[in-house]
Amino acid sequence: MSVQRGTGHSLRGRLAAFDDPDAMLDALRRLRQAGFSRLEVYSPYAVEGVDELLDRRPRALPLIVVAAGLLGAVGGFLLQYWGMVLSYPLNIGGRPLNSWPAFGPSTFELAALTILLAGFLAFCKFCRLPRLYDPVFDAPGFELASQDRFLIWIAEREKRDDSELLQRLLPEGEGVRIDEVPA
Amino acid sequence: MSASPESERDLTRVVEPGVTAPAVTAHVSDLVLERRTPSWWWVGFGLSFGLFVLFLVAVGWLFIRGVGIWGIDWPIAWGFAIGNYVWWVGMASGGTLISALFFLTRSEWRSATSRIAETMTVFCVACAGIMPVIHLGRWWYFYWLFPYPNTMALWPQFRSPLHWDFVAILVYVAGSLLFWYVGLLPDLATLRDRARRRWQRVLYGLLALGWQGSSQHWRQFKMLYGLFAALMTPLVCSIHSIVGLDFAGGLTPGWHETQFPPYFVFGAALSGFAVVLMLVIPLRRALQLTGVITLRHIDVLARLMLTASLLLSYCYLIEIFMPFYRGEESEITVAMSLLGGYYAPWYWAKIVLNGIVPQILWVRAARLNRPLLFLVALGVVISMWIERYVIVVGSLHRNHSESSWFVFIPTVWDWATLAGSVGLFLTGFFLALRFIPMVSMFELRELLRKKQTEGGR
Repeated sequence: MSVQRGTGHSLRGRLAAFDDPDAMLDALRRLRQAGFSRLEVYSPYAVEGVDELLDRRPRALPLIVVAAGLLGAVGGFLLQYWGMVLSYPLNIGGRPLNSWPAFGPSTFELAALTILLAGFLAFCKFCRLPRLYDPVFDAPGFELASQDRFLIWIAEREKRDDSELLQRLLPEGEGVRIDEVPA
Repeated sequence: MSASPESERDLTRVVEPGVTAPAVTAHVSDLVLERRTPSWWWVGFGLSFGLFVLFLVAVGWLFIRGVGIWGIDWPIAWGFAIGNYVWWVGMASGGTLISALFFLTRSEWRSATSRIAETMTVFCVACAGIMPVIHLGRWWYFYWLFPYPNTMALWPQFRSPLHWDFVAILVYVAGSLLFWYVGLLPDLATLRDRARRRWQRVLYGLLALGWQGSSQHWRQFKMLYGLFAALMTPLVCSIHSIVGLDFAGGLTPGWHETQFPPYFVFGAALSGFAVVLMLVIPLRRALQLTGVITLRHIDVLARLMLTASLLLSYCYLIEIFMPFYRGEESEITVAMSLLGGYYAPWYWAKIVLNGIVPQILWVRAARLNRPLLFLVALGVVISMWIERYVIVVGSLHRNHSESSWFVFIPTVWDWATLAGSVGLFLTGFFLALRFIPMVSMFELRELLRKKQTEGGR
């Protein structure tokens, strides 16, 4: 039975804790081979190899940033064009109104600003931050994931009892600890 | 986390042997969470706060009486405030260069010093941002710099380097804050998870935004941080180029130089590295960080300072060569007055302290002699201020028309604003020392893991 928590999310599964990142990677590989797909890794730093094993890549963020940069550059240039050429043209010695080289620095800076802001907002969106409470915080030993422990979250599969399979895949012992997270 | 004496002289190690990731995490977060505030902190913070109060008084009096309390007048309308601005924004660049440029080059020594450098940047930028605003005279109209819809249907002059500078500093403030904060997120989560007192949990819980360290979080984090680093590196160069163009865009003799943008970037880098050294040298002892901030870091920073000093010295040569090469009379007048006129002592001080004294860093023993290195860096920081002062005032006091020749005499309020801005910086930095982990813990975990898998030490 799964219990609804304050956030409306529910959790049901197991959390395997490892002292060593290599042991964690090893276990992750075995889990993937055994067909587990709803997995997540919590670690105190980005462990190389996890993304490949989980087959996930950050595809959207760079695209959003590039789009934001283009938008900022075009928008920044048009703003200056509008002000200096269309809205308030000043004829100074017959010089061209569209003095685009002089618009360059601000165009670059405004593109940078949109990249910074859009990048940060997209990052927050994809990470679902800010999100001060998440049910996974209640899992025993989760606070060590930000210090020196490497955790694999194994979501329980519907209508299947994996306890035996998991016991075989992840034998508890030195450096490995499995916690049932009831809900 | 202290180094053993025999490893003291080894310049290849970015981490001393025996340092482990859990020990780093415990030590760095305990500095913030557990340790009783040391007495040196109270003394330092007290003095800094005193200077900060001086800043408030100086700026308050300025707001009441206007810029007439300073020594500026026509034709020297740019005095200390603009010099201070260039000085502060220049020092800020050092932090950005270390954390962004050397992230892109994957330099291992960057990890342990990046937090100190970035924190320094944030508070330097704050000092820099205030200066042009209080210099405006009618500072309450500062929002006229924004292209906002107004009943007069007027626009800011987008073609002016001064307006480019306004945009640039605005973006730099946002950029250095975001870069700093994003890089802090995982460490704030560590503090949240280790905190025992309630206010600490609430404070760091809020600041960490709910960071979980999931693979999803790290994936996005790494992507974003790499993008930010790739953006901040050209951004910091653009900022100082634009600051240089503030001057080069004018026809004033001595300013109207094509070399100004790179000249200002080099000067900024030099002062930035010097400030980082001045912070790192005492802090690695005071915070017992000698295990992770090793002599390798000191050596690298000293070499960078030497490199920047050489680049800047080249610009000094060109600066004095060009007027005579071009033969323009007003420019020669300015150059001669720098070499032997009223501002000559300042001019020669900058040549000696920025160009000549740092050459001692060719000697290895000098790079490792920390008191000496600190003094060299202090000399650089002071003379970088002098350099900007000479650029601003030296040129303006010998303008084209002889009738407007004039000597700038700073008033007590000029000095109070300068000293006060140092107080503003130090107050912020001391607070950061108390509340923010001064070493990037997650980066060191990654670094130690890399060292471990390399099979080495």
